[in-house]
Amino acid sequence: MAIFDTSHNPRKAYASMAVLLIGLLIFPFFAAQFGNSWVRIIDMALLYIMLALGLNIVVGFAGLLDLGYIAFFAVGAYVTGLLASPQFATLLESMIYEYPAVADALVAVLGPEIQQNGIHLSVWAIVPIAAILAGFFGALLGAPTLKLRGDYLAIVTLGFGEIIRIFMMNLNEPINFTNGPQGINMIDPIRVFGVNLAGEAGSRATVMLGDFAMPSVNAYYYLFLFLCVVIVFVTARLQHSRLGRAWVAIREDEIAAKAMGINTRNVKLLAFSMGASFGGVAGAMFAAFQGFVSPESFSLTESIAVLAMVVLGGIGHIPGVILGGALLASLPEVLRHVVEPLQQKLFGHVVIEAEVLRQLLYGLALVLMMLYRPAGLWPSPKHEDRPDHDSDTKDTSSDTVAA
Amino acid sequence: MSEQPTILNIAGVNKRFGGLQALTDVGITIKQGQIYGLIGPNGAGKTTFFNVITGLYQPDTGTFELAGKPYSPSAPHEVAKAGIARTFQNIRLFGEMTALENVMVGRHVRSKQGVFGAIFRHKAAREEEASIRTRAQELLDFVGIGKFANRTSKFLSYGDQRRLEIARALATDPQLLALDEPAAGMNATEKLALRELLIKIKQQGKTVLLIEHDVKMMMALCDRLMVLEYGKPIAEGLPAEIQSNKAVIDAYLGGSH
Repeated sequence: MAIFDTSHNPRKAYASMAVLLIGLLIFPFFAAQFGNSWVRIIDMALLYIMLALGLNIVVGFAGLLDLGYIAFFAVGAYVTGLLASPQFATLLESMIYEYPAVADALVAVLGPEIQQNGIHLSVWAIVPIAAILAGFFGALLGAPTLKLRGDYLAIVTLGFGEIIRIFMMNLNEPINFTNGPQGINMIDPIRVFGVNLAGEAGSRATVMLGDFAMPSVNAYYYLFLFLCVVIVFVTARLQHSRLGRAWVAIREDEIAAKAMGINTRNVKLLAFSMGASFGGVAGAMFAAFQGFVSPESFSLTESIAVLAMVVLGGIGHIPGVILGGALLASLPEVLRHVVEPLQQKLFGHVVIEAEVLRQLLYGLALVLMMLYRPAGLWPSPKHEDRPDHDSDTKDTSSDTVAA
Repeated sequence: MSEQPTILNIAGVNKRFGGLQALTDVGITIKQGQIYGLIGPNGAGKTTFFNVITGLYQPDTGTFELAGKPYSPSAPHEVAKAGIARTFQNIRLFGEMTALENVMVGRHVRSKQGVFGAIFRHKAAREEEASIRTRAQELLDFVGIGKFANRTSKFLSYGDQRRLEIARALATDPQLLALDEPAAGMNATEKLALRELLIKIKQQGKTVLLIEHDVKMMMALCDRLMVLEYGKPIAEGLPAEIQSNKAVIDAYLGGSH
């Protein structure tokens, strides 16, 4: 993180941050030259980076191996599906026969319009609701696992992740919350200050800002980039705080952390909750971006993919996690766009499908990484020796001199 | 020394692990400013007693008083908050953190910034963070490893890791500093330096409870001693009294000779 380290060389750090920011701001226009689908890939990558940063708090900082993290992504996505689409009307319809009193009460409180159109909250309400609800679920699912460690924790969280997905799959009866395996459709696109990021109807997905036009995917890119920057900022601040130190202390030695007065139960729950809330925000954005959610998007493979991003990038190290997220999220799409056309040209037909190749490369990358870079592609710096502090010759005499 | 107030007063501690009676009616009274030694053969229950005092094990019976107020050793973090800080027989540092960060963790229990303060870094949060950092550096200087502040703690030498653990424990502003075999595995020079450090800690008015195997060092260093054997206290008193106590000699050299 040396080039972004504000504590040692602030001028250089801010300069490199500024360069990076300008690069990121003009990037979609550059990428759009090659087609909007490329920008779309980057949008998805940004969502995965948000997820990876959230999971990094749980796995990287607090050292709690969570294999069900995608559940919180699902919570965020389904909350958006329920509160920003016609789905709530469907829900009421199914409820009116089973629990007429509750349904009538809801209509009375929220207005008769929801019976026709459902609820359509704005992004300003959706993001905090998704964050808070996912954070709540994070603490809820974290609570029973507090005494577990390592493999046991991984198995239990894996189970919780699957439970949430199966709930989403089956919560269409007796009251239709999620539409079951069909998923929720027609989720509202995001509007920021009256600008529809999906483009107004008939605009062919072009967003107008005054006279300035840009593709919808670019508009989403900026929104997601903004959220990513916020999450990076929050995570970095947390890392270098009393709480961040407590998380790392628990990761390094839980008994010693307790003996130093850290209430490990609360601090762990907070880690689960903070991590989950970022996942919830990413899920909300995902739902609005796609306009559709279904349980398929939240399978165990997704949890593992996000975990792989954290581990491959550099566990516990924010720039590393971002790198891991960007690489692994864009890899399959890049392969899809490059490998098959290339094989068509070379051999006249597709020899290895992109999906198969992706799996192969994924495995290969992880094996190579474990062999050559076990701490990740961009791991946290180690302070074995600071040249400006001391040398080994002084070190050996320190015990006698120091006393 | 006798007019000093009592810091730690523990009585009637029993602890059973299945069929093994690990501690039988153990009690201890430590006055302010003392270095109090706990000795005994291997497996005598010294570390078990330590773990009970610091909340790591739940005692079956016992009364616990720290500085005149009863405290409950039900959870280690509560005990740390009440004012007992400890080190471990096998060093337990936060290996990936720097020496300074290790000590800063020790300040956790005496500081209070939460999520809000961490994210927005308002004035109170910045001031608290700065004071944590200053205090941590002072403590590193005090134990003599100030110049290694930014070194990852697992790369410190063995003796320095022991010192760092003491600094981390001191960071919790303890009324009682409990050290579990701080000299284990040290060579003669390192032991000498440790002894000087402990005297320095005592001169600051801190009270120390010490487990150690090196009887010679304990006799020279401690104000009072207690000897445990098979989970029972067999002798308590001044070093000279302990040295001439028949039960102690039997315990160490084998009885009925």
